[in-house]
Formats: sequence, C-alpha cells, structure tokens
Amino acid sequence: MTSRFPFSAIAGQDEMKRALLLTAVDPMIGGLLAFGDRGTGKSTAVRALAALLPEMKAIEGCPYHCDPASTQAQCEACRNKTKPKTKTMPIPVVDLPLGATEDRVVGALDLERALASGEKAFEPGLLAAANRGYLYVDEVNLLEDHIVDLLLDVAASGENVVEREGLSIRHPARFVLIGSGNPEEGELRPQLLDRFGLSVDVRTPTDVATWVEIARRRLAYEADPEAYAKQWASQDGELQRKLVAARKKVESVVLSDQILERAAALCLALQTDGLRGQLTLMRAARALTAFEGRKQVTLDDLKRMAGPALRHRLRRNPLDETGSQTRIDRALAELFG
Amino acid sequence: MTARMDAAPRDASGDALLICKLLAADPKRLGGVALASGPGPGRDAFLTCYKYFTQDQTPLITVPAHVSIDRLEGGLDIPATLARGKPTKSLGLMATAENGAMLLLSAERLSADKAARIALAMEEHHRAHFGLIACDESRDEDESLPAILSERMAFRINPDQGIAALKVEGTLPKNLSQSADAVTLPEKIETALAETALMLGIPSPRALIFAFRVTKLHAALHNRKSVTEEDAAIAAQLVFAHRATQMPVEESASEDQPEEQNTETQPESSDPDSDTGGALADRVLDAVRAHLPEGLLAKLDASAFTRHGKSGQGAKAAKAGKTRGRPLGARRGDPRSGARLDLVETLRVAAPWQTLRRRTQPNRTGVLVHKDDFRVRRFKESRETTAIFVVDASGSSAIRRLAEAKGAVELILADCYVRRDRVAVIAFRSKSAEILLHPTRSLQRAKRSLAELPGGGGTPLTAAIEATLTLAEQVKRSGGVPLAVFLTDGRANITRDGTPDKARALSESEGAAKALRASGVKSLVIDLSDRPEGAAKTLATALAGLYLPLPHAESHTISNHVGAAMKSAGASR
Repeated sequence: MTSRFPFSAIAGQDEMKRALLLTAVDPMIGGLLAFGDRGTGKSTAVRALAALLPEMKAIEGCPYHCDPASTQAQCEACRNKTKPKTKTMPIPVVDLPLGATEDRVVGALDLERALASGEKAFEPGLLAAANRGYLYVDEVNLLEDHIVDLLLDVAASGENVVEREGLSIRHPARFVLIGSGNPEEGELRPQLLDRFGLSVDVRTPTDVATWVEIARRRLAYEADPEAYAKQWASQDGELQRKLVAARKKVESVVLSDQILERAAALCLALQTDGLRGQLTLMRAARALTAFEGRKQVTLDDLKRMAGPALRHRLRRNPLDETGSQTRIDRALAELFG
Repeated sequence: MTARMDAAPRDASGDALLICKLLAADPKRLGGVALASGPGPGRDAFLTCYKYFTQDQTPLITVPAHVSIDRLEGGLDIPATLARGKPTKSLGLMATAENGAMLLLSAERLSADKAARIALAMEEHHRAHFGLIACDESRDEDESLPAILSERMAFRINPDQGIAALKVEGTLPKNLSQSADAVTLPEKIETALAETALMLGIPSPRALIFAFRVTKLHAALHNRKSVTEEDAAIAAQLVFAHRATQMPVEESASEDQPEEQNTETQPESSDPDSDTGGALADRVLDAVRAHLPEGLLAKLDASAFTRHGKSGQGAKAAKAGKTRGRPLGARRGDPRSGARLDLVETLRVAAPWQTLRRRTQPNRTGVLVHKDDFRVRRFKESRETTAIFVVDASGSSAIRRLAEAKGAVELILADCYVRRDRVAVIAFRSKSAEILLHPTRSLQRAKRSLAELPGGGGTPLTAAIEATLTLAEQVKRSGGVPLAVFLTDGRANITRDGTPDKARALSESEGAAKALRASGVKSLVIDLSDRPEGAAKTLATALAGLYLPLPHAESHTISNHVGAAMKSAGASR
C-alpha cells in the first residue's frame, strides 16, 4: 500500500487537526463534525490521523477485528475462543459514501453464500469494518434520514443489532464518527448535531502562503509518496509519541471542582441542551491538557475547548444569524472576564 | 511579456490539443476534463486525439450515466453465480479504468450516489487511480455536472470550438509524468499562481494543485528543467479560467473589494519580493482574463446560487422509495440496487419450480433460485414539498405591506425547517421577476435573501408567474412537489415585454396564471391590498388556487394557511 499523506504535512487547518488529535486521545469525546468548504483537506486529515496512530492488536479472522485485551468489547465468537490468534493492523478508516444502502451499512444476508450453498450467513457491513476505528461520512448533511438514525443508534450504543431477513446478529461497533459537509447545502438535524462530540468550522484558507504550501506539499507527495512520508516521519513520530503519552495520562488529569463548576456555569449560561455538552467539554479540556503534557485542567483549557465542544449545541433560532462562536465568546467574557 | 505569451498557440483548438496531451500523459493526477458539449465532431475529435496520444497504453472505459453501482464497483455477478452455482465476481468499471480514464457519457445525469463513489475512488489512498473525461451535455441552468466531480477535474473545455484545426501529430515524450516531477517550480511563480487563484475567487486550493502540476507537465513537454512564466500563464488559463467566480479587481478599486480580498492582497505589498511577484501575478492574471468565459459577469450574480444548486444535488437524490416509507408489497427486482430483498416472497416464487429445476441440475444442493425469482420490497414515500414564495415587491402594494409579508414568510420558513421542506423565493418588481433563492433547506440563506429584498416600481405579474412556472417545472423534474405562494395585490401593470399598460398586463397575467394552473401546480394567493376581493381574487380564480384576503395580514394566520396547504399538497401525491 502506498504511504498516506503525513498528518504533520497538512498545511493550516489547525483547529481541525487539534480536534482530530483530541478525539484520538480520548475516543469517548465522541466524534467530530467538520463543516465547511470543499477541498479543505478534511478527508486527507482523517486518513492521515489513522496512519499516525500506532497499529492495534486484533483477533485474527474476526470480521470486527475485536480487541484481544478486552473480552467485554468482543463479539460473541471471539469471547468463546480460548486462545485466539492475534495480528496487528492499522486503525481502520471506513468511508460511508452518499447513497450507501442500509444493507451496506449494517450488513445483510450474504447473498453470495445464500445463492451458492444455500447457507444463511451474515455479511458484515461498513459498521463492522469501522469497529475500533473511524467512520468518515462525507456530506453527512445530505445523508438519508434513515441511515443517519441508524448511525446515531449504533454510535451511541457501540453495538450493531441486526434483525432482518431472518438474521439475528449483534456485534460490537465502536467507532469515532467523523462527519463533514457544507451547511449551505442543507442543515443537520439538531438531534444529530448533538451526537457529535466536537465541531469545527473549516474554511478555505485565504492567504497566498498557505495556498502555495498546500499545493507544493501535495505535489511533492504525489511525486513520491514513500519518500515524502519519510521526510515527515520524524514529525509524525513525535506527534505519535505525544498522542500515546497523552492517552496513558488522560485518565489521571486532575479536574478540580472549581473547573467543573465553571464548566457547568458556562453550559447553563449558554442553555445548551442536555448534559452531553458539559461532559464533552470536560472530556475535551482533559484531553487537551493531557496532550499538552500538563497535569491539571486550567480555565484557559476550558475556554479553548468551549467553542468546539458547545458551538453546535446551542439552542438555535433558525432565523437568528448571530454566530454560535460569538455567543460563546460573549458568555465566556461575562462569566470569567 | 505579451510577446512571449503570444508565442504559444492561444486559441481554442490549441487548448484542446494541449489538454489532450497533458491528460494523456497523466490522467490520474490531473483528474480529467469536462467536455462541455453534446455528442458531435468536437467530442469525437477530442477523443480520437486523446486515444492517439495515449497510444492505447492506458485504458479509456466508457461509462453511461445509467450505469449501476455494482457495475462501477464490481461485485457478485448474480446471473453467472446462479447459472454456475458458485460465486462469480465481476470486475468493476472503476477497476478496469485503473491508471487510465473513464469516459462518462451524459455526466450531468449521473446520480449523486454514483458521483460520490467515483469521487471516493479517485481519492482513495490519496492517489487517484484514474482520470475522467466527463461529457457535460447540460443545456439548462438547473442541470450541471455533480460538483463533487467537477472539482476533481483540472480542465473544462468546449471541444466544438475551433475543432477543425485540431491536428494530431508527433508523439508524447516517454515518461512525461515522471520527468515533470523533476521539473523545478520557482517560488515566484508559485506565489503568482496562488495570488491569481485567490483574485479570481477560486474556492478550493485543489485548483492550485492542478495548476502546479500543469506548469510542470507543460515545462516537461517543452524539455525545460524549470517552469517559466509561459507555463504558468497556460496553466492558469486552462485550470483557473473556468473556475473563476469573481472578476479580478483592479488595484484602483481596492476599496470596493470584498473583505477577504483585502486581507490577502494588502500584506503582500509589504513583502520585499512583492514587486516582482505582484507584477508576475498581474501578467498571469492578464493571460487568464482573455480566457474568462463570456458573460462571466452576468453569471456571477447567479453563480452563488448555481454553485450551491449544483452541489446540492445529493439532497434530492434517491427519491425512488426503495428503503423507507409505507410498504407497498413486493415485486421483481435486483436486491443489490439498494432495495431490500423480500426473502419469503423470493422463496415462494422459487418453490413451485424446484422439482423441474432439480431435474436439469441434479448435482446442486439447496434451493435453486433463479435471477427472475428475486422479489424486492417496495415502499411508498411521500415526496418533498417545495414552497415557492412569489413576493410582490412593487411600489403598488408591497412596499408598505412588505414588512408584514416578510414576517409571514419567516414564520413559514421556521415551519418548513421543522418539516424539512424546501423553500424558494421569487421577487418581482419594476420590469422583471427574479429568483432570489433557488430551492434550499438553508433557512439562513432564505432569510438573508428576504432581508435584502428591494422594493418599488411596477408590478410585472406575468413575468413573475412565468418564472414560477419554470421553477415549478424544475422542482417537479427533481422529484419534488411544488407549491406556489403568491404574496401580491394582483394589480399587474407591466406587460410581458416590460411596457406599462394596465389592461394588457392584466389579461396577460391571467393567461400566464392559467398556464400555471394547467401544469398542475397548487397555489395560494395572499392578498396584500387594502381592499380585498379585487385583482388578487381574479388571479386566485385563474390559478384555481386558494384565496386568502388578509387586509391586515397577521403573520401567524398566513403561516397557518400555508402550513395547511402544504400538508394537503404533500398528502395528495
């Protein structure tokens, strides 16, 4: 396989890159919504991130590549194996294209085997393939509603339950959902918005230097992907070390009562729906602290993550044009000066 | 410098020839070309030329717009599998096109899901596996190539222009693609190209990547080791001209530039290098200017809409009701096209034939199912309603009542948001009607376009009704149900040709209204005049629509009426 575009070589888009890294530090943050213009390197970044992450151990032959270390998160077949063989594999990134059918997403009766041998077998879908990895949905706002509902259910429960065509299957499907789209082409329902942990606005850069850098790096990469990846290997390696370290430390980061109270006050002031916003805000602030190698979440971390964590959760009058970020900034200024 | 630019053959056939060569050398990294013309000698000549330069070394796979996703991606070959009794795979068209190009016929008719698959395959592993030659045969404004594809193609030309001069001779240097990689691209030229792209309002940096690549290929084609100004000018012409969304602004007019323009041009001037860089950018820009498509300025106003319209195609796709809605029973069909297999029905159909089939294929075990046995579930899906607001912004009624009308429309918009209906806005005043907003679900844009609604002038009702008819037809073609909501006093006083003549205007508008009725569009007339039962009532009668005399229209009342009408429009289909 050809080397992927190195994560460190993506020019600009710092907010998106940071948000992506944080979802890797703590997958419980729950996915990322990148709304904005076309051709801004969203899908490149997701793939690059997966390549950046260290390879994972998986049980061999399992279509859901179950984690040998955790029986709890395994599928039934793997749980019953006494000493399963393991292999290492890269973190999967699965694309969910527009117009994907329900069959393709949840899995369906394996026609091949049904036809050839009359066997009733389950053909795993995209959700199975994305287990323990990333599910990337481009143009998520144009996706059919019933597919969206289905994704939400699975993303929330971490399990895909298939009850159709005489099949009755359940298998783990824990993935980080990355959605992208252009809000001008259609809006996303609030229920779906809320399910994404973080959201970032991705804008086309408007300065000459960044444009030149984007095109220059791309061309260099296309000319010789392997050599280009090597060129950035040390930077990517550094990032990987930081990520791995942050993952280990994230649970031990201290969230003081004072910070928790402030997060709550902020969410109350902004009237975000439900508790999910507050939880995400704290998780994100914690991940950021861990990623930057610190031990205690500060007010500054909270402020920095308030935008990505809450921006898409504000109860919105569809006709009110005041930007969400403006409202958050205002609330931050009022509360914390 | 101009002399140097003239040295290259800068006419349409020269462009076509050059694009042919470049594409033949490197189809996958250039993404491809959109051929903006119907079938004809131009397209044939282009393809002959392309094939000549590839020398059949790379594949060119023809793909019709009605191709199935299976065929594109490959997969289980059901007829062969059933006949042989063991799984037989077919290779998808995209796999066959690897390293070469796919010729997409009637590419504008390609559905959003297929376009998405193709785009994804071009992206996979970040190395495009094939390029596209997409035939864009669209004639109307409402048809165009899926944006997701047109963005991934470097070029766009009309091959019918100057085709007679298309001469094919010589061969391409071997390994042009590799030698292009070795060509150096001076920083000055990089900057100039980026500046040009930004000045032309090109939305995505992908264009710049293509432009860089083209400069290098062009330099390699002329045996140069380094990219020159000429290469840059040509790349800008070929890649940027058709992507431009704004006319480059002259230096003197810099105050009038939109904000983002200022931020990117101003800092440059403090740069020590900027003298040469800026001048170079200007020269490249001049080269592009000559290539900007005619009527760009006229199109620019509409471009914001058409661009979004194009990319919005996904939203209206897949209305066939294969997967959701009210169940309608089963019928014969292919289970892989997205429909759900009705297993019980399939087996029921296959059952009576088992003894017979067993006789011909005694060695097979299990149930013998033939392709014709497949039954898929059908669902009835209610279609999406699009409310077209036709707002009278003339001096007669509107101006005074317009504020009320806007309020009402906003309320309806909020309602549409809940129901996920789409809305469009047409405004008419002085001499013509104008589509302010193409069908969209984006309320923010609807609201914005209404807030900017200008007022005053005559009442060109005929033009408004005709514009509504055109838009309603468009909505129908894309599978929606149009509903026209007129907010007017109905006092037409401008005729079709734009002259003020009350009597003729009224009779013309009545004729237009009848045409709208004949096309089956449901309508609703909200009378904005102070004394109801007048001209607006006549209009409603001609439209066979609902008439709401609301001398003191309250936004809420209007909204309720429209809501009820929309429900009935949606339910009746």
